[in-house]
Amino acid sequence: MIEFILNDKKVVTNKPTGSLLVDLIRYDQHLKGTKIGCREGDCGACTVLIGSLVDGAMQYINVTSCLTPIANIAGKHIVTIEGLNMVNLSPVQQEMVNESGTQCGFCTPGFVVSLSNYCLSENEPTQAKSIAAIDGNICRCTGYKPIERTAHNITDLLLNKDHNNSIKWLIDNQFIPTYFKDIPQLISNLSPFDKVTKAHKLVGGGTDLYVQQPEVFEEIDIRPINQNANLRFIRFDETTCILGGSTTVADLAQSTKLQKYIPNLLAYIKLVSSTPIRNSSTIAGNFVNASPIGDFTAFFLALNAQITLQEDRESRAIFLKDFYKGYKDLDKTASEIITEITFELPTVSTHFNLEKVSKRIHLDIASVNTAIQIRVKNKVIEHIHLSAGGIGPIPTYLHNTAQYLQGKKLAPTHIKEANAIMQAEISPISDVRGTEDYKRLLLRQLFYAHFIKLFPSQITLTLLV
Amino acid sequence: MKNIDSKGHVTGTSIYIDDIPTIEGTGYGVVFDSPCAHGKIISVNYSKAKALPGVIHIITHKDIPGENQIGGILPDEELFASQEVHFQGQPIALIIAESEQIAFKARKLIEIEIDKKTVITDPREAQQKGQLIFPPRTFSLGNTKDSWKDCSHIFEGKVDINGQEHLYIETQGAYAQPLENGNIKVSSSTQGPTAVQRAAAKVLNIGMHTIEVDVVRLGGGFGGKEDQATPWAIMAALGTQILRIPIKVILHRMDDMRMTGKRHPYSADYKIGLNKDLKIVGYEVTFFQNAGAAADLSPAVMERTLFHATNSYFIPNVEATAYSCKTNLPPNTAFRGFGAPQGMFVIESAIAYAANELAIEKQQIQKVNLLKDGDEFPYGQIAEGVGLSPAWETLVSKFNLKATQKEIASFNKTNDAVKKGYALMPITFGISFTKTPMNQARALVHIYSDGSVGISTGAVEMGQGVNTKMLQIAANIFSVSANRIKLESTNTTRVANTSPTAASATADLNGKALEKACNALAKRLKTTAASYFKVDVGTIQFKDEQVLVNGNTSDVSWNQLVDMAFLERVCLTENGHYATPIINFNKDKEKGHPFAYHVFGLALTEVTVDCIRGTYEFDAVKIVHDFGKSMNPTVDRGQIEGGLVQGMGWMTLEEIKYTKEGRLLSNSLSTYKVPDVYSAPKQILIEPLETEGTDMAILKSKAVGEPPLMYGIGAYFAIENAIKAFNPAYKSTFNAPFTHEKVLMALYN
Repeated sequence: MIEFILNDKKVVTNKPTGSLLVDLIRYDQHLKGTKIGCREGDCGACTVLIGSLVDGAMQYINVTSCLTPIANIAGKHIVTIEGLNMVNLSPVQQEMVNESGTQCGFCTPGFVVSLSNYCLSENEPTQAKSIAAIDGNICRCTGYKPIERTAHNITDLLLNKDHNNSIKWLIDNQFIPTYFKDIPQLISNLSPFDKVTKAHKLVGGGTDLYVQQPEVFEEIDIRPINQNANLRFIRFDETTCILGGSTTVADLAQSTKLQKYIPNLLAYIKLVSSTPIRNSSTIAGNFVNASPIGDFTAFFLALNAQITLQEDRESRAIFLKDFYKGYKDLDKTASEIITEITFELPTVSTHFNLEKVSKRIHLDIASVNTAIQIRVKNKVIEHIHLSAGGIGPIPTYLHNTAQYLQGKKLAPTHIKEANAIMQAEISPISDVRGTEDYKRLLLRQLFYAHFIKLFPSQITLTLLV
Repeated sequence: MKNIDSKGHVTGTSIYIDDIPTIEGTGYGVVFDSPCAHGKIISVNYSKAKALPGVIHIITHKDIPGENQIGGILPDEELFASQEVHFQGQPIALIIAESEQIAFKARKLIEIEIDKKTVITDPREAQQKGQLIFPPRTFSLGNTKDSWKDCSHIFEGKVDINGQEHLYIETQGAYAQPLENGNIKVSSSTQGPTAVQRAAAKVLNIGMHTIEVDVVRLGGGFGGKEDQATPWAIMAALGTQILRIPIKVILHRMDDMRMTGKRHPYSADYKIGLNKDLKIVGYEVTFFQNAGAAADLSPAVMERTLFHATNSYFIPNVEATAYSCKTNLPPNTAFRGFGAPQGMFVIESAIAYAANELAIEKQQIQKVNLLKDGDEFPYGQIAEGVGLSPAWETLVSKFNLKATQKEIASFNKTNDAVKKGYALMPITFGISFTKTPMNQARALVHIYSDGSVGISTGAVEMGQGVNTKMLQIAANIFSVSANRIKLESTNTTRVANTSPTAASATADLNGKALEKACNALAKRLKTTAASYFKVDVGTIQFKDEQVLVNGNTSDVSWNQLVDMAFLERVCLTENGHYATPIINFNKDKEKGHPFAYHVFGLALTEVTVDCIRGTYEFDAVKIVHDFGKSMNPTVDRGQIEGGLVQGMGWMTLEEIKYTKEGRLLSNSLSTYKVPDVYSAPKQILIEPLETEGTDMAILKSKAVGEPPLMYGIGAYFAIENAIKAFNPAYKSTFNAPFTHEKVLMALYN
């Protein structure tokens, strides 16, 4: 049994915990403002808010309800478009009308929910963030310009927001209905979700499982990993960083400390799926999913991360690069879960970079991705980790290429020679994300891009091609 | 005026098909479709599926009381495949169950055996094998054979253009319910309510009068719901006819993408000849349209390709031939632009190729060949109100083209790994259905006794704002406030025999019909007022819900006048009918005056290409556009911005992929990418041209639905322009879309 707050009401449901939030909202609760466009988290028409009570205050994220199992909303506040409606239009809604940000209207509730989430966010409002807030919403009438203007106007309206008392300010200024003030109390009164379950199917964020095989999970109870607060942390020791197994991508983005060690972290994260997906999806899920083009798998392979696998009380640690035995074949038993991800923090002299190219720059699966961690001293490559995705059956740690470069002088000839070695180390196939020839050329270019970006004074495109 | 639907949209209260409250006892339909692209059906075993608890019935071709035929133009498409299948995704049966989940489970239990036949996916191969949907057609002007001798430069080449998935965010769907006496009501997400009604009547073997088709609005159509909303609506109606229960059929996204047709891919061969002054003297082009497995709207789409084969240029000698090639893909269909974008892309490619070979800029050729009033189109119509050269001058001065060119050149000089490019894209688009009889519409107006107004037309609201425009027309004529007027759903019982909402002509046709109806009512009311005031009817006016006599406010309000007229038994309902005058087309001669008017304009597209990664970003698109006298600049601007970005999507990242066996690979939103907020150009500037408009357009406000899509073609040539700055050895292949993959290959080949 799951209890949660839907808009201003408590809901108790006995549906299978693996069933989807969107169906509960539309077909059990008859709230038809949340639309279904794709059922794979790619259009954003079903976007809703999930609010969590953290230290007495509500924190909201937007998610795609088509990929959210109800196990993950126990004890939460779910806000649909209906829950944002008041007697008058909210400023978000009004600006959308003023700027003619709607055409056919089918995607509109999703945009309004995402923009309302932007208003609820504790981050400083900026124009860029207002656009990032709708990076998971597709408008096929392609009326993005009026929607951009809407987002910009809202940013202006938020300039006076009281960040210390955000919810109150938003209520006072009629961005959200007054019932939001009662939510912490309503949440505290909910019965806790009984996590002891006989269910066998493990689900993290569910953002890939529910795309690939919704029918497997919809009618059963699942074992949710994300609900385990003990596994959700980012811890720093002197030289290492440890992520809990249910750390989401969004958590990673929120870590200002990690940004210090990986300066372009936010730019990399921006290339990976969309805000609503990143809010749900976990780093460990990306690993276990074992997609050969998992962006974070490539990312952590280059950080030479270790993972801790646990089953009952037993746990063991292995390097991520040893985790993959073959296509979707892992060094993991069915009930082992990743509890920790550990990696050495890059030092001042260590450079890190991630490159990714897909058909669409944002909210798309990579054609090819690659990451590098490199330390150069006196123009000599002292230390290097290199990974790539989309070029073989598994996320690939490029052993031979890295080995060749180790100890070499940082020079175009060596980089070119390394590419030749790399080309022998990969085995891309032609598919919907590109031909083999393209993937080979693209990986070469992205490999070169690492050096051009990290060592602009020594390596330029002209020197390499 | 803002879109009248916008408040419902932003509050999530607008109603689409799947939002209609479920009627008790509803059955849910899921389509069982062909797993292979071509073959003879040996057997289908439904027994396991039927035995699944919750399955109510499985409908096949054997259950059809009427004709198993849904072809709109040619009778060549079955509703449910009976003997053979011709494309993967072709419907074979409809499973009806107590829930959608059960129906999906049942689908997996159906066993089918098919004797596979050869699959053709390439239109040229189909043409060579004589697989044509209907005979080829040729439009010609002058004599190309004689023209080559006058040419200093002659070039030949090949062009390939991929299709485009509509990806309306609301998938196809319909909800049928039984009414008394065997009548059926179908709520459908269709652009063509009458098409649904007509086809359903044929399949169900009942009169059109027994089927009511109702459309509130569409969550996107773009042409994809002009003809192809029909099968699902018929299936729902058929289920209701057989079982006498409500039936809902909403396609899941992947079913929708697999089962429905898209924008037609084309291949083409051209030959273009220019004289020493770069004037195009002769142009020969052969189009191979990939029609898919049945005609659908392909004949009409192909015709429009021929109409727009010369885009915005006057060419004295033209021969344009088109073949509609039958392949084993889902029947391709209408998509915003309706064949014109493909025709335009080919001539733009021919010009680009000529410019490459002559080592000049493409725009030099474009500029000297622009159409002007008095020029003859290859189909015989004479250009009128087409001011392309002034538009060109406006763009050059308004957006300072020279400065842009200079900036791009200097940027490219100083940047090795990033290059900028630009392109100019003129468009000229004919407005009217090219099938003349379709250019008619009706509007039904009621003035209620309290002075409020109800309007029904044949126009379907799908985001283009047509209902807003309809409301404006009535509000202007009656001078009543918008909240006193209601736009009713589009319903075949209130407005019959409608043309689909398509061809950009819907606001014109329905608006003119509405205008007539409102004017007739206004005249009656003015007559009532004139007799009350004992003045001449010409002295009566309406203003802000008051009656004016000789320009002075009287003590009679609009409401009082309506009440007065009602008591005097004046008819307060009117049906307006409009048929576009003048237009005609003779298919035997392929000549005539098919269009009420043309819309024209010019776009400047600027792009930045990352030459390390092969990716690109659009810096700006600057447009000068002929709105005529826009009756709603806000709505029209939305159409320009939206159409442009949709066209750019088609030219850049949207890539449809089928296997050689005819299986769709780009079958979901994760494998078929449409523009997101970051893909849109950073800047879109739109400058309205000061044009007169035309009386053939509603309130002189020219049609705006389709034309701007073709500005998107500029994206392809802008990218090419940037690639050339990086790789001088680059040879154009003219193979759209210009995906990141093709860009990278072009940069390094």
